[in-house]
Amino acid sequence: MSTVTTPTPADQGGLAPDPAVTPTKAAGAKKLPIIFGVMVALLAITLLRSSHEGDTTFQLAAESDFVALPDITVPSMLTAWLMVLVCAVALGESVRRMVAHVRQPMWLPIVFALAWMTGFLSWAAADGRIRVVSLFAGAVALAVPLVFGALGGVLGERAGVVNIAIEGQLLFGAFAAAITASLTGSPWAGLVAAMVAGALIALILGLFAITYFVDQVIVGVVLNVLVVGLTNFLFRQVLTPNSDSLNAPVGFERMPIPVLGDIPLVGPILFRQTALVYVLYAVVAIVAYALYRTRWGLRVRAVGEHPKAADTVGIKVNLTRYRTILLAGAIAGMGGAYYTLVAVNQFNREMTGGAGYIALAAVIFGKWDPIRATLAALLFGFATNLQGVLSAIGSPVPSQFMLMLPYLVTIFAVAGLVGRSRPPAADGVPYRQQ
Amino acid sequence: MRLVLRGITKRFGSVVANDSISLTVEPGEIHCLLGENGAGKSTLMNVLYGLYKADEGEIELDGVVQNFTGPGDAMAAGIGMVHQHFMLIPVFTVAENVMLGNETTGFAGKLDLDAARDRVTEISDRFGFHVKPEAVVEDLPVGVQQRVEIIKALSRDAELLVFDEPTAVLTPQETDELMDIMRQLKEAGKAIVFITHKLREVRAVADRITVIRLGKVVGEADPKSSNAELASMMVGRPVELTVHKDEPKLGADALVVKDLRVVDVAGHTQVDGLSFTIRAGEVLAVAGVQGNGQTELTEALLGLQDDVSGSIVLDGIELVGKSTRRILDSGVGFIPEDRQVDGLVPNFTIAENLMLNRSFKSPFVKNGGLRMGALREFAQQKLKEYDVRARDIDSLAGNLSGGNQQKVVVARELSRDLRLLVAAQPTRGVDVGSIEFIHKQVVATRDSGIPVLVVSTELDEVVALADRIMVLYRGQVVGIVSADTPRETLGLMMTGERPKDLEDVAV
Repeated sequence: MSTVTTPTPADQGGLAPDPAVTPTKAAGAKKLPIIFGVMVALLAITLLRSSHEGDTTFQLAAESDFVALPDITVPSMLTAWLMVLVCAVALGESVRRMVAHVRQPMWLPIVFALAWMTGFLSWAAADGRIRVVSLFAGAVALAVPLVFGALGGVLGERAGVVNIAIEGQLLFGAFAAAITASLTGSPWAGLVAAMVAGALIALILGLFAITYFVDQVIVGVVLNVLVVGLTNFLFRQVLTPNSDSLNAPVGFERMPIPVLGDIPLVGPILFRQTALVYVLYAVVAIVAYALYRTRWGLRVRAVGEHPKAADTVGIKVNLTRYRTILLAGAIAGMGGAYYTLVAVNQFNREMTGGAGYIALAAVIFGKWDPIRATLAALLFGFATNLQGVLSAIGSPVPSQFMLMLPYLVTIFAVAGLVGRSRPPAADGVPYRQQ
Repeated sequence: MRLVLRGITKRFGSVVANDSISLTVEPGEIHCLLGENGAGKSTLMNVLYGLYKADEGEIELDGVVQNFTGPGDAMAAGIGMVHQHFMLIPVFTVAENVMLGNETTGFAGKLDLDAARDRVTEISDRFGFHVKPEAVVEDLPVGVQQRVEIIKALSRDAELLVFDEPTAVLTPQETDELMDIMRQLKEAGKAIVFITHKLREVRAVADRITVIRLGKVVGEADPKSSNAELASMMVGRPVELTVHKDEPKLGADALVVKDLRVVDVAGHTQVDGLSFTIRAGEVLAVAGVQGNGQTELTEALLGLQDDVSGSIVLDGIELVGKSTRRILDSGVGFIPEDRQVDGLVPNFTIAENLMLNRSFKSPFVKNGGLRMGALREFAQQKLKEYDVRARDIDSLAGNLSGGNQQKVVVARELSRDLRLLVAAQPTRGVDVGSIEFIHKQVVATRDSGIPVLVVSTELDEVVALADRIMVLYRGQVVGIVSADTPRETLGLMMTGERPKDLEDVAV
């Protein structure tokens, strides 16, 4: 018989012992080496199968830079193989850590991803130019609706309401922004209208999901379909016949920020964007701060984790949930404004094209955390932009394959590439008061 | 603070949970509400706390009639509650839990975490709780979590504290500590309501006892009354508190478990190298605080756990790696710890529930079709035999009381040819009458020469049923000892300590 002896800690005054420290299998430790291995093999096979001699130029400066960084020109194949080597070293390190049962650190996948991307790009753009600034600046711009949508998703789910209707909120926001900006001539009025539109969808969601306990996923999906139908109908019947007066919105102009915009590399990527992007930076910061550091955030998280406990300390659970998802809807709606006030100055049918679902994936990939979800959305934005950039410079990768890229990244991400994620405990569970 | 409840009545549909209950609690006294599960104690306290709205009656605090619209009002009036299921947010720290709903904030709603930490430390030091404000609640042992609940109430200057079945999740030592805390609070002038159905505890701390039965106050009892007197008042008839059983007639080794290891989904080792043997005609009772591997052990026996290593041999047949259905077919009966989740399908009738473990072939299935006649006959007979109080066999299992639901489960599991009975928490949330009945059935099973494994977190039950007792702590065996081991020793073992001179009893 085995015996267990645990000294009762004196500092506990002989009270109950400390919680068990059970041996834990390093969860997800095996995943990283496997993914690394597959990626290295893929890159190496690609390089072997189709060799591209020539030089690749990485252009680091934007056209109007104050201090222009020089272009970097490297031999394509040599660089690519060098990067394969770096990746292989990272793979070796991850295998070593797996065998030794040590935690895989965060920098390992970052180094791997950077090296892999550099290798891939120098192969794909042989005898061509990669405009690094526009690659990243474009990624930020494309990620705008995804980030807004993901923030809306994070907020709603943190309060315990699953918001599948992000797609609908984006689309309705885009629609409302187009009409309002056309009528008033002010993009800011359009933005406010987009927020109202998003909140309106959230209100319907809340009515069914919170007040009438209808399954939240079903309500969300139905709302998306409803918004598609409604905007298609109004587009045909109202917007198309009056496109000059109702569907010619004044958009946000590009607005470089004086000093910040002149920082080499970072400036042109982050600070030569439209006002909507700067609003986004502020919203991300405010949401992240408020969720973890304020009374409001504490209560929102409490309601999403254990509504009954929140109720017993006098927090109005369903009121808190309503308020939170209305705010979340307004934030997601802002993302919709991007389509009609920044990307294209016109509303088109179903122009969001599933971005809301990708934002939903970013919520999960980002583990229900505003900053992580933002980073996830940026990654998806990057994948989308990469596809555009590569097909523009005539890369040897078929464009159909490239079009799949963002969705492929999404699937891998959601399939738990980053380890087990843990949603708020009461996510999607309506709260009934006795 | 002086609390007076006058004629509180609360109905749920046609069920009267509280029938005109009146009660007075004075400051500086511990007032026990004693009653069986389902007697209406918790309902009454939820009315007091503003979670339920009373249909009739009034609540008076220090002579002022209160009208609570929610728990917030009750708290503001000075009522604190330590809930049976802790109302704590597992992923929050102690300080965050204590401040929730009562936050001190700075500019723009910024949380003042320092103030909250100081408050926790202050209260913790004053009462000797040893709670660290930065600890995350889900990492704390239940006993400490309960102290966090008490701190939460005290941090809001509660003058009346309600403890709702607080000892259900505690070790005997933790229970003693809680009793001391309650006495301390009493000395500090707080009024305390202590809800329980455990007689031992009532007699240890109560200044006054009010007994509730079927939603009505049946009277006050003297704290000096004997267990038997209190029990008969609580149940309404004389109760047999001890289980009568003869010396076991031991047979050959029937269940042999060797080096059993179970790893849960999250990767934690929950059962860590268990080895034990049960002989035919013997009850081995597993004691331990909830969450020390008992659930995983019973589920591993039934083939319900995925990551199991070691060996489980029943009458010479290896069970590890076999499917649950194979294991059932080899004669294992299983009373699961949560009948609502694993024991019954609430929306099925009693008859349908009675055939759940024999849904593949005879006697109830022939050529893929149900033999309704055989099933109905069987169900009628079992209803009578096991004294299930229901309208008929077509009543939905979900509508039965806890005790009757459990009798259905027991009837189903015992009416097969068994080679092993695994009973997990067989009488949890069951009325005293049904407890007597179920205990008799377990003993009868053992006397018919079947090995029985009983898992219970109630030490009384373990001691009453066991021929030998196995104490588990963090998935490991602390010791396998004889049934007459003193309770204090068992309590100590449940915290992982093993007295040096203690000998394991041989099989």
